Amino acid sequence: MVFDLTEEQRMIQEMTRNFAQKEVLPKAAELDETGRFPEELVRQMAELGLMGVAVPEGYGGAGMDNICYAIAMEEISRACASTAVILSVNNSLACDPILKFGSEEQKKKVLVPLASGRHLGCFGLTEPGAGSDAGSQKTTAVRNGDHYVVNGTKNFITNAPQADTCILFTMTDKEKKHKGITSFILDMKTDGVTVGKNEKKMGITASATASIILEDVRIPVENRLANEGDGFKVAMHTLDGGRIGIASQAIGIARASLEDALAYAKERKQFGQPIANFQAIQWMLADMATEIDAARLLTYRAAWLKDRNVRHSKESSMAKLYASEAAMRASVKGIQIHGGYGYIKEYPAERHFRDAKITEIYEGTSEIQRLVIASALLKD
Amino acid sequence: MRFEASEEQAQIRDMVRSLARKEFAPKAAQIDEEGRYPEENLKRLAELGLLGMLVPASHGGSETGTVAYAIALAEVAGGCASTAVGMAVTNMVGEGIHRFGSEEQRSRFLPALASGTVTGAFALTEPSAGSDAFGISTVALRDGDAYVLNGSKVFITNGSRAGVTIVMAVTEKEPKKRISAFLVLPGMPGFSVGKPEHKMGLKGSDTVSLSFGDCRVPKRNLLGAEGEGFPIAMTILDGGRIGIASQSVGIARAALDAATSYARERRQFGEPIASFQAIQGMLADSATELDAAELLALRAAYRKDAGAPFTREASVAKVFASEAAYRACHRSVQIFGGYGYIREYPVERHLRDIKVTSIYEGTSEIQRIIIARNLLGQGRR
Ligand SMILES: Cc1cc2nc3c(=O)[nH]c(=O)nc-3n(C[C@H](O)[C@H](O)[C@H](O)COP(=O)(O)OP(=O)(O)OC[C@H]3O[C@@H](n4cnc5c(N)ncnc54)[C@H](O)[C@@H]3O)c2cc1C
Ligand SMILES: Cc1cc2nc3c(=O)[nH]c(=O)nc-3n(C[C@H](O)[C@H](O)[C@H](O)COP(=O)(O)OP(=O)(O)OC[C@H]3O[C@@H](n4cnc5c(N)ncnc54)[C@H](O)[C@@H]3O)c2cc1C
Repeated sequence: MVFDLTEEQRMIQEMTRNFAQKEVLPKAAELDETGRFPEELVRQMAELGLMGVAVPEGYGGAGMDNICYAIAMEEISRACASTAVILSVNNSLACDPILKFGSEEQKKKVLVPLASGRHLGCFGLTEPGAGSDAGSQKTTAVRNGDHYVVNGTKNFITNAPQADTCILFTMTDKEKKHKGITSFILDMKTDGVTVGKNEKKMGITASATASIILEDVRIPVENRLANEGDGFKVAMHTLDGGRIGIASQAIGIARASLEDALAYAKERKQFGQPIANFQAIQWMLADMATEIDAARLLTYRAAWLKDRNVRHSKESSMAKLYASEAAMRASVKGIQIHGGYGYIKEYPAERHFRDAKITEIYEGTSEIQRLVIASALLKD
Repeated sequence: MRFEASEEQAQIRDMVRSLARKEFAPKAAQIDEEGRYPEENLKRLAELGLLGMLVPASHGGSETGTVAYAIALAEVAGGCASTAVGMAVTNMVGEGIHRFGSEEQRSRFLPALASGTVTGAFALTEPSAGSDAFGISTVALRDGDAYVLNGSKVFITNGSRAGVTIVMAVTEKEPKKRISAFLVLPGMPGFSVGKPEHKMGLKGSDTVSLSFGDCRVPKRNLLGAEGEGFPIAMTILDGGRIGIASQSVGIARAALDAATSYARERRQFGEPIASFQAIQGMLADSATELDAAELLALRAAYRKDAGAPFTREASVAKVFASEAAYRACHRSVQIFGGYGYIREYPVERHLRDIKVTSIYEGTSEIQRIIIARNLLGQGRR
């Protein structure tokens, strides 16, 4: 076992930390307040090669490993969780499935602009009636000569209003249930594609979340991703990677809670001394730090396995489950340590809390992660 | 032991429940969204005698006792948490004036507070004295027939609307009796109200800073004896904590109710999500903890009504209820899945609203200190 970062991992950590502290953090409160899409930050991240961290350079990416990706996600999330999820969707949910399942032509045509950040991707799996039960897709795709005709509605799609490309999941054979699901690479400018209104959310407000309505949308056969019926496999594989990104997002938010609370506890005096002197505060800080370390190790392990092309569903789920719940615990402690000041918008603690909650929900709720872990245990 | 409400308590509960569900709940999202003070709700509460529940009938109150008050406050909180905290503070101020005020002060303020023509506020916290309430530095210097106040207060609920504010200030340097309580009225020269705080939740409640620049308060507005301010504040807060425990239970019950009906309706994997043990476990844990929280709050209220010591019981109720209620609200959001995270459903508001209950009127850490000192034989009893 080696617990040191490689040279490359250290470099990206330093680079993304600097960028996040200088460029992203100063804007985070404003982004939260206005819910504005951070276009300029996305552009800057593209310049730094962060839109396709683990995509080979030949396909427009930075050619790094998945631990580098986890590190970048953590650092950006430490500053702004909204900006980070834009990044994670592009890396994990748009680039990764094309890299793994796409044809050479698809990689050249679609992956290169996504990984280099010229285009932005989104991932259309969830539907009003198909959330945790992603296999019960109602969106249909019917083959008609050299194209498919797609009809249906996706909801809660991150990046939908800004995206150029969507990895779209549809039902091509209802009889076969989840084995009848087929995935596509959809150009968002295609006729018949409409994006609904941006949801008003509790947190990650600067990341757009909207529905996509598909009415007689014609998708050329060459834009099908993998074979007919492979869609569910594509989705699950993709989420195995995505959960590493969300785990890292959660760790970044937890770290923000801890670092802010730590600084506050050293400064804030009550009863004639810094509140950091009280065991009640020390215990909270200690628990936060311990859980963050555990979460990070679980996450790096999953990323390491992914780099080795080893099956890592269970490990990704463990990382995502533990990190998201640890982030929730850390962020509520962060508020508590700030006392009344934790409840007002002048301090970032309450934003970290509102942002943390989503990590327990998207890319599979905590309950779904536990099901994945338990079914892996029960299979062994 | 008897675990049922008296006839009067049950009547109050039914009346307030229907008021909160029919009139308050439907507007709560809009009040949150706009950060608007729910004036009309407070007016309704006043009409029904719910702003002077701890004030005797002789002074215009409804004199229902603390158990009924706790029950009513939980119901109001289930409809609109911002309305509930406004109600709690005005009741608390009425009780404080009733308990510690002179006859003249009682007749001057209590009928107005109980009838809702005047709103009450309680100003203890300062920028550098929150948990360490004894360490406040607003001063009140005696000058003839008045005290001259200088200093500032923060986070004062009802602060910009109050017709009377109980203000804690330092009168003496004598260590144990340094603080006195004053009744400060709007329009007193040198008294001004800051801008509203921008909060995570409880957005309809009025939270402002107050400042006093050579503010002259007539001596007849001294509440209780000079030097008695700290025990007065602590006694008022003991009662207040029963209110916050009840508010917590009310908010969390609303979240649990919403999650329960959602779990029955929402189908995934071909069945209602309520059929999954993961969901059942969350619902069951919330129900169990909220029952315990409610009983702790009502026990403290009962002891208070019976004239028994209740400091520890009030702190036990407050720390347990606020933390259990947080867990219940958190689980409710989780049960809603992605829909729990968006404004269209009420549970994200409940989660934002609930967090403050483990902070104000003494943080959880302070409650634990009070409970432990009490157990160790060091505290007030
Ligand atoms: C801000 C945001 C961004 C999102 N971004 C995307 C995106 O980019 N692309 C995309 O496709 N989706 C996205 N989603 C959707 C997200 O992945 C789903 O919300 C999530 O998978 C849960 O689905 P649901 O909301 O339908 O909840 P449901 O599946 O209805 O779940 C409700 C509750 O039931 C529980 N539950 C469900 N099934 C079981 C079971 N078998 N056993 C035990 N418990 C169960 C859940 O854990 C949850 O507690 C996003 C959601 C949000 C809120
Ligand atoms: C919405 C809202 C409404 C409010 N309404 C009112 C009101 O109407 N009137 C009023 O007077 N005040 C009001 N308050 C103020 C509230 O009571 C204080 O915020 C609270 O008492 C905590 O004080 P503080 O914010 O200064 O935190 P601090 O006292 O600075 O506490 C910071 C952290 O240190 C911990 N801590 C402090 N001392 C100790 C110790 N000895 N041991 C262990 N841990 C310790 C605390 O528990 C907390 O975690 C309100 C606050 C809010 C947010």
